[in-house]
Amino acid sequence: MDSIVVLVKHLFNGLQVGSIYALVALGYTMVYGIIKLINFAHGDFIMVGAYISMMAIPVMISAGLPVWVCMIVAALLCAVMGVVTERVAYKPLRNSPRLTALITAIAVSLLLQNLFMVMFGSASKPYPAVFSTEQMGGSGIQLSMSTLVTIVLSVACMICLQMFVKKTRMGKAMRAVSEDMAAAQLMGINVNTTISLTFAIGCALAAIAAVMYCAAYPLVNPYMGSLLGLKAFVAAVLGGIGIIPGAMLGGFVIGIVESFTKAYISSQLADAVVYGILIVVLLVKPTGVLGKNVGEKV
Amino acid sequence: MLKVNNLNVSYGAIHAIHDVSLEVKQGEIVSLIGANGAGKTTTLHTISGMKKATSGEVLFEGKNLLTTDCHKILGLGMAHVPEGRRIFAQLTVEENLQMGAFIRNDKEAIEEDIQDIYRRFPRLKERRLQYAGTLSGGEQQMLAIGRALMGKPRLLLMDEPSMGLSPLLVKEIFKIIQEVNKDGMTILLVEQNAKMALSIANRAYVLETGRVSMEGDAKELMNDDKVRKAYLGA
Ligand SMILES: Nc1ncnc2c1ncn2[C@@H]1O[C@H](COP(=O)(O)OP(=O)(O)OP(=O)(O)O)[C@@H](O)[C@H]1O
Ligand SMILES: [Mg+2]
Repeated sequence: MDSIVVLVKHLFNGLQVGSIYALVALGYTMVYGIIKLINFAHGDFIMVGAYISMMAIPVMISAGLPVWVCMIVAALLCAVMGVVTERVAYKPLRNSPRLTALITAIAVSLLLQNLFMVMFGSASKPYPAVFSTEQMGGSGIQLSMSTLVTIVLSVACMICLQMFVKKTRMGKAMRAVSEDMAAAQLMGINVNTTISLTFAIGCALAAIAAVMYCAAYPLVNPYMGSLLGLKAFVAAVLGGIGIIPGAMLGGFVIGIVESFTKAYISSQLADAVVYGILIVVLLVKPTGVLGKNVGEKV
Repeated sequence: MLKVNNLNVSYGAIHAIHDVSLEVKQGEIVSLIGANGAGKTTTLHTISGMKKATSGEVLFEGKNLLTTDCHKILGLGMAHVPEGRRIFAQLTVEENLQMGAFIRNDKEAIEEDIQDIYRRFPRLKERRLQYAGTLSGGEQQMLAIGRALMGKPRLLLMDEPSMGLSPLLVKEIFKIIQEVNKDGMTILLVEQNAKMALSIANRAYVLETGRVSMEGDAKELMNDDKVRKAYLGA
């Protein structure tokens, strides 16, 4: 009985961190889907979101607003930064070889990390509590508020995103652009606007993920996005890069695998297992679990 | 309606289009024929802004298209059915038609026009919720035409609509083109199938290695010895 309680606990931990990976993975996958760029700077937007939300919290408190509103502020500002980054750094390279854009993405990543290091120092800063620390549940299984909020909010974001992409005019346009940019233009779709929107959504999701991550691991530093971003990237590849449901699936799988590895094998091995998954996927089915095996368009 | 004056287009060092001039008048079907690599697609791409010209002029109802962004062309009243159809394979048939109407805001009229397209192409209606990538070549061509019509253009550019289709389907597609034209659409048709293209056109241009080598009434060109030898296999 006890071992089942422990198992469920680890499962929920896995779902919690997995839903954070999934939100970040969505950003990788959507940007890849539309401009075929692995945006290596995407993980750093988690860090940017963490700093923005951290600075927003005292403002929220003094304005008498609930603390969680900082999430909205961070999402909006991150979205703007994502759009600006795309316009300044990636758009001029849209017709260049992909490697050029990839190297630029790495440069953007380094730039963001160093910029925030200059502004805030390299030491980790404590992140204030966003959600109540109350424990919920009975009959042996106790879950923290932040675990529940994280899972519920992430799933809600994913459902909204899926509805947006499947049902709305702009969502369909986004899919059309990611499939055939020139043909989409002939339909009167403004490709630049669509790409900007994609970056805005991706970065807003990264900021939301950042607040939830900091609720679980309340330390902020300029490099926090690297590892987190890398794992989310693995999640995106696992599910099939460019495929939105794939990113969600991949995120949860990576989160749960990591949580169980930490609990039942060794916490030192957790990262190795995650990268092991990446290698296996790339060897066995490079298009990912939900990917089709033909061509590279998804 | 459409006037192209002394158009020049290059791909790097390759000068693909030399001083091409052509005109399409309201209500006409004008065919542009020529061998592989003659520059037909390049000409259409340049007209609709997918490719930049090096010099020349493209005027659509008096407006200079060379300085217009590609995504604004449809809004001016010109649609382009590209070579190879380029339907959105991962979107359903109906979503493809909706994308054709992307620039429009009149929801109810869009819905009615989709039903109109289904009446014209009953096979698309049967497959409306299927991914467009699963359609046959002929069905995809119908979808590409339907999608272009959804934008309510006045001028339709069509690039090799008969490509890869069986003779029976080619006939069907050409019949559709004539019907669409009868309903008031002006059409600039690019074709390798010169016989069919000349038979339905009012006027035609022959493109040879990037230059207009002949032009005139379609029936006259059809009887021209040079055209017959080079393009009609006679
Ligand atoms: N993207 C490109 N880069 C370099 N050269 C190109 C490109 N596209 C076309 N060309 C060249 O321009 C010339 C005209 O090509 P275009 O595609 O316009 O011919 P076409 O008449 O449409 O031929 P087809 O009947 O085979 O479709 C050809 O010599 C072709 O090799
Ligand atoms: Mg061609």
